[in-house]
Amino acid sequence: MSVAPARAARRLSLPPSAYGFIAAALLWGGTMLLSDGRGGIEMLSVALSFSIFSVAVGTGQMFVIASGPGNIDLSCPAVITLCAYVSMNLMGGADGMLPVGLIAALVLGGVIGLVNYGLVRALKIPPIIATLAASFVVTSLAMWYGGESTVRPPQALSDFMIWRVGGVQVALILALIGSGVVHLVLHRTVYGRSLLALGQNARAAQLAGIRVGFVRMTAYAVSGMMAGLCGFLLAGFTGGAALNMGEAYLMESVAVAVLGGTSVAGGRASAFGIWGAALFLSLLVTLLNSTGLGAGARYLFTGLTILVVIFFATERRK
Amino acid sequence: MTAVTDVPTAATPARKPALARLAPILLPIAILVVILGIVFWMRPIAMSYFGLTLMLKLSVPLIFAALSQMLIISQGDLDLSTGAYVGFVTCVSAVYLGSDPALGWAIIAGSVVLQGLVGLFTWLRRLPSIVVTLGMSFVWLGLALFVLPTPGGQAPNWLTAIPQWRPPYVPLPIVVAILAILVFEVTLMRSAAGAVLRGAGGNPAAVTRAGWSVAGLRTAAYVLAAICAVFSGLALSALTTSGAPNIAPAYTLLSIASVILGGGAFIGGIVSPFGTVIGAVTLTLVSSVLTFVNVPSVWQIGAQGALLVVVLLARGLVSGDRT
Repeated sequence: MSVAPARAARRLSLPPSAYGFIAAALLWGGTMLLSDGRGGIEMLSVALSFSIFSVAVGTGQMFVIASGPGNIDLSCPAVITLCAYVSMNLMGGADGMLPVGLIAALVLGGVIGLVNYGLVRALKIPPIIATLAASFVVTSLAMWYGGESTVRPPQALSDFMIWRVGGVQVALILALIGSGVVHLVLHRTVYGRSLLALGQNARAAQLAGIRVGFVRMTAYAVSGMMAGLCGFLLAGFTGGAALNMGEAYLMESVAVAVLGGTSVAGGRASAFGIWGAALFLSLLVTLLNSTGLGAGARYLFTGLTILVVIFFATERRK
Repeated sequence: MTAVTDVPTAATPARKPALARLAPILLPIAILVVILGIVFWMRPIAMSYFGLTLMLKLSVPLIFAALSQMLIISQGDLDLSTGAYVGFVTCVSAVYLGSDPALGWAIIAGSVVLQGLVGLFTWLRRLPSIVVTLGMSFVWLGLALFVLPTPGGQAPNWLTAIPQWRPPYVPLPIVVAILAILVFEVTLMRSAAGAVLRGAGGNPAAVTRAGWSVAGLRTAAYVLAAICAVFSGLALSALTTSGAPNIAPAYTLLSIASVILGGGAFIGGIVSPFGTVIGAVTLTLVSSVLTFVNVPSVWQIGAQGALLVVVLLARGLVSGDRT
């Protein structure tokens, strides 16, 4: 891995985590111009509340991707679905069981993350295949366990997801605080610095005394836990678990992490950059839905904007 | 994916014990033989010309999708848009190839050129292929929905007639598999041009010093991969006689799994056309076997995942090294 020499030009350029916010701002501003400023706050508010889910799963993905080239977690959609079913069934709609459901989702997600890492480590197979194989098995588990049944989430969870104080969604504030914690962990703790060092150069990190295996293992566990959390919250928000609920989040988790400034080569992560990318993608979906264009146009625009953003957001190497 | 260019191991494999060297070839064969053995033991009637034709016909599109993915992987990249692109081709086939062949072929040719440009820009800007092809998968899905908003259409008669053809003695899917192996083993693995093409993925610096344009080679690899994917889409629409934008999302991951099952590696331009084709056939057969042994449908995908793990575990044990 070649560390690019610092160049004067680079100092003037924006950090990679800023591009998502810029794209989101441009998109929002453009929409405001077209609609004479009507409904801007509502649009932003809807996009933000949907961003919570992609930020949750994207943050986990970020830990894995940042831990070195080739590391990726393809099992998130399956984990989201399975954890949603397990936690909803455990709670059975009872408010008092909320902590149990939440802990179950986190623990189950974390365990699947550990299994993922075990496959990568023990079988020496590329993470993309290991997590894919694991996701196949988890998908089967979800279909077997969840099946056609739909257990409604506890009323308290559904209420919490739409609870607003002074017009501000409480879940959103908590999610932002969570990202703040992740930011501190990444940049102010030995663990976070170890993770990024490992992502930049695993060999050098090992020689510097970092327990490479342990750090990478926790990255996969965090990814599983965040996917579990996403499944728990999403099921609460949408009125129950469903077999295809995780589907969209495979691509979405990778997209928000990378567009948010996580380097695919590893070693760089941004907890808040993900918000910019998630907000941008949510705004895009909201906007395209409101224009009444067909599904074809929506996919086409989503794809093209991902391409445009990655084209400008990727720093030039060599 | 980008950081391994200075590792010379790909070009100069150390001498290993014979078993370890042959493992990447023997293991896919062994697995295929085991799976076929189970099929024949459970359903002796499958051991016939028509049994094999029926059982293997769905492997044909996957073989081409896997070869397409293999070309991308030989460049050290990964194509997450394979399934969406194959779906797009089935739509063009079902809507235009019968009614307006000139337009249909023009669209397909244009899409192949676009895929080449994707390869070119990915290299020139050093973009992460995972994200670029992820974006492209949305683009192809969107375009496919423009061409054919709901599944349907009608594939041209000449195309749907092809799977009906019954060659003497050897079932058609096996003929296709053997031809695909021969073509790729000769061109990609045994010819000078093929070696340079693989070298662009394995050691771009060396290829550049030898006077080749890595950008050109990688564009060529992406174009060839797109042509393989077009074959896959045409084969799929020939079998289904129609098209659908969302017909083949599973091909993205199944094609990657076929390449890895067949002994390919994500780094260093290491791929095996023979193994890839066998891998694709094996993955198709696995679902037949799982149906035969009455594995409930909910466990089928899980069993495929477990099989993938077992195979890779076996390969790791036999060859004792990396993937």
